[in-house]
This record gives sequence, structure tokens and C-alpha cells, in this order.
Amino acid sequence: MAKAIPSFFIIWGKINIVKKSILILSAFLGSFTLSCAQENTPKIETPENPNYDYVTVVDGIDIPWGMAFISPEDFLVTEKSGTLYRVRNGQKTAVSGLPEAYVRGQGGLLDVALHPDFANNNKIYFTISMTLEGDEGGNTALYIATLQELSLSDVALLYKAEPNTKKGQHWGSRIVFDDDNHLYFSVGDRGNRDVNPQDLTRDGGKIYRLNLDGSIPDDNPFVALDGAKTAVYSYGHRNPQGIAIHPQTGAIWETEHGPKGGDEINIVRAGKNYGWPKITYGINYSGTTITDDKALPGMEQPFYYWIPSIGPSGTAFSSSDIYDGWKGNLFVGSLAFEYLERLVIENDQVVKREKILPGIGRLRNVKEGPDGYLYVGVEGKGILKIIPKK
Amino acid sequence: MRIFLLVYGLLFSSMTLYFIQQKTLQQSLEDGEAIYQDFCVQCHMSEGQGVPNAFPPLAKSDFLKNNLEQSLKGVKYGMRGPIKVNGKSYDGVMVAQGLDDEEVADVMNYVLSNWGNKLEAQITTAQIAKLSK
Repeated sequence: MAKAIPSFFIIWGKINIVKKSILILSAFLGSFTLSCAQENTPKIETPENPNYDYVTVVDGIDIPWGMAFISPEDFLVTEKSGTLYRVRNGQKTAVSGLPEAYVRGQGGLLDVALHPDFANNNKIYFTISMTLEGDEGGNTALYIATLQELSLSDVALLYKAEPNTKKGQHWGSRIVFDDDNHLYFSVGDRGNRDVNPQDLTRDGGKIYRLNLDGSIPDDNPFVALDGAKTAVYSYGHRNPQGIAIHPQTGAIWETEHGPKGGDEINIVRAGKNYGWPKITYGINYSGTTITDDKALPGMEQPFYYWIPSIGPSGTAFSSSDIYDGWKGNLFVGSLAFEYLERLVIENDQVVKREKILPGIGRLRNVKEGPDGYLYVGVEGKGILKIIPKK
Repeated sequence: MRIFLLVYGLLFSSMTLYFIQQKTLQQSLEDGEAIYQDFCVQCHMSEGQGVPNAFPPLAKSDFLKNNLEQSLKGVKYGMRGPIKVNGKSYDGVMVAQGLDDEEVADVMNYVLSNWGNKLEAQITTAQIAKLSK
């Protein structure tokens, strides 16, 4: 090495100016290409002495997909293979009356949510992969039902994405509510990215907005558009598996699985196009290019994107004072790297990222309970509660 | 007459082959690759290399070689618990993907024909149909 450096300078001195400029340019381009593949800032940190611990609230669930709290000691959990559990004081019991899920690939029983007036009407919503039309394949459906103890009644279909397909990928789905009695839910692109997400006359790759009874609000962005799916609120999404309402602003924050290096956080607004697959920061997992465009007119930029992809699954804000310094932070499950990510946001920028529960397992979901604690769903384990260390 | 018998024999045997085999190996491998790209690649990765400490490799897999029936059942019904693959231990869950018997056969033909594995005999739909939990 000691010899190599002076000889480099000797050779460099003999090269003419044109060749030099070519070499400098290619060195610059080379380093630029490398920098594209590097981790997006801010770099993720792992605290050496974590100030939290966890307890297992319920175990023995393969894929705990959705979670909805009736009280801290009484909540619903969906198991992706098609079982809805009611967990009371750590004991889980299957709820009867659920339609049979079309379990294929990433599809199955997905999210569950309580009606905003659940205390009075016992209504719940859930999203589930279904095949209803008698043809092959399936797509994501939204249902409402009445929960009495351990059984569902008045099970009614509110929305069914079409058409069915045998593809196993990208069903979404999450359910949230705003303060004005609207329900939002997501459906992924169903493995048909070049056809579904940019076409407003088709389902898939969309966030939907409905009234609580399933009807379509008059002020939805595409009600006047000929042939459009009028339940659509935003489009150009790939596979949204996390949605959370910001505790202060009420804005809809969404995380979605992108291609390699293209996982995103978006703030979802009415009628906006989030660009998939016309723009993305990612590439195919095989290494090939999807598009050269990272930005185009009329398409929204992500609030943040992950390089490398973490596999964002489940999203929640912490709004309580239970954890030291976590209030207002965004929490996102990492399926791929098996931890919970804490994102500190200041002035509309992600300023700090931290690994919580590193190595815990494939993290499917995160929710803030009515007691202000954070609960996570971990594959092969169940539901864990994060508690501050005394 | 001799020509008729020859043609008849050829026709008969090719039809028998068609009904027994259902699918040529080439077609099964093509369909199997499409299934792999849709259902398996997220965890087992594009070259079957898996993910260290999380998802076992399918490439040059001694587990596939020595536990073929268990592997076929695993794809059909899902599998869980500790296994050892190429000297490394894994203790996870692979849930059933909802594939039908033909798709299980196709994807396993594809996996066993790639990445340093060896397909001893084509996996058939009938073979998968006989597997119980």
C-alpha cells in the first residue's frame, strides 16, 4: 500500500488533462451511485441502556395483524389465518360468526377497529380477504358487525375491492377514523402495479373514505369524476399497512411497503396522488429499475422514505406521558429487521430514528392503548406491552 | 396395419403420459417461478439465499434434500418449530400460503431445480394431494 500511493501520483502526473477529467467524472459518478444505495439519514440508533422493558400480554398467535382496545384488559386481536380473538385478562378466546377468509399469500383476516360509538352500539369493523363473486381469486373487503360477548351478528359487507385475483401480494390493510365520523381504510395494489394504483376507475393502491354506515361521503374528492371509484380518498399507493391519526393535527399518517429502498411515510390528503409506480425511491427486489423518476408534477413526495427498506407494518403515535421523551413520536413496526422504530419529528423532519426492542421478532402492528401504553403484535409471539423501566 | 399400430401406440402412450404427468416439467418450472416470485421471494429472497437468523436458505439446502416430504407438507400446510438448515438453527413459523396442490408441486419443482438443489423426480399434483397434515 505504501508503494502504491506514490506510484499512483507518478502515473496521475503523466495522464493528459482530457483523460484526467474523464477519470474525475467517473469517480464522481461512481461515488454518487454508491451514495444512493446507502442508508437514508438520520442513521438508526440503538440505545445501549434502554429505559424500557416489555411484558407479554397474550401469547400463542402466529400473525397478530390487527388490534382494537375495548379497555386495557379487554381487546380484540386478528390472527391473519382467519381467527378473531377476544383477549380478556390475558386469556384469548375465538369469536364466532366471522366470514371465512380467503387466505392466500399476504391475505387473510387483516385489521379490526371499534366503531367510534362502540360503547353504545357494540359495532366493530374489520378488513378481510374475500372471494364473493364465485370466480377465482380474492380481494380486500370491509365489514361491519355487532359484537356480543364472543359472537358476531349483523355481519354486513360495506365495501369489496374488485376484481378478484389469485395474486398473493398487497392487500393492505388498516382502518382508522377521523373526528368527523369518517372511516378510512387501505387496499394495496394487489400485485398489479401497472394497472391499479394510478387508475381511479379501479380498486387497489388506494386509501378509501366512507361514512360510518358505509355510504360514500358527498365531499369525497372523486364523486364528480366519471367512472371513478368514488370511495377513493387518495391513490398511487403500493401496500399501506400502517395508518395513524396525528394526535394534535388530526392528519392521516400512512406507512406503506415500497419496493427495495422505497418504503414510505406519507401524510394522506384528499385527492392526492402518491405516485406509485410512476415515482419511487426504490428499485425492484431483483435489482432492476421500476422508473427513473423520483418526482413528477402532480405527484406527492413522501414525508420520509427508508433506505434500506424496513418493511413498515403498523403505525402509531405516542400521546401519553408514560414514556420519558416519547410523547409525539411516531412508532413503526419493522417486519424485515424485527424491531419497533421510534421516529422523532421536528419541524416536519425526521430528526432521530431509534430501534426499540431490537431483535424481538417480525413486528406486525403497534397501537397505543387507552391506558397510554404502547402495545405491539409480534409474529409467533403475540401481543407485548412496552413498559418504562423504573 | 403396422403403421396404424405404431401411430396408435404412440398416441396411446403420449395420452397416458399426459394424464399421469398432467404438465411438462418445463411448464411446471415456469409456473413455479411465478408462484415463487409472488409468495416466497419476500422471505426466502431472489436466489433462495434466505435471511440470516430469520428465514432459512433454500439454496443448496441439506434440509430440502433430506426432508423432502416434510418440506412439501410445510409448503402445503405451513410449518413451525426448530429446524437445522446447512448447519444453522432456525425456530420460526411459515404459515400456509393458500396454494393449491398443483401450485405446491410447481413451486417445489422450481426450488428443487435451482440454486444448487437437485430434483430427483418431478413433483406431481397427485403426490401433493396425498399429503395429509
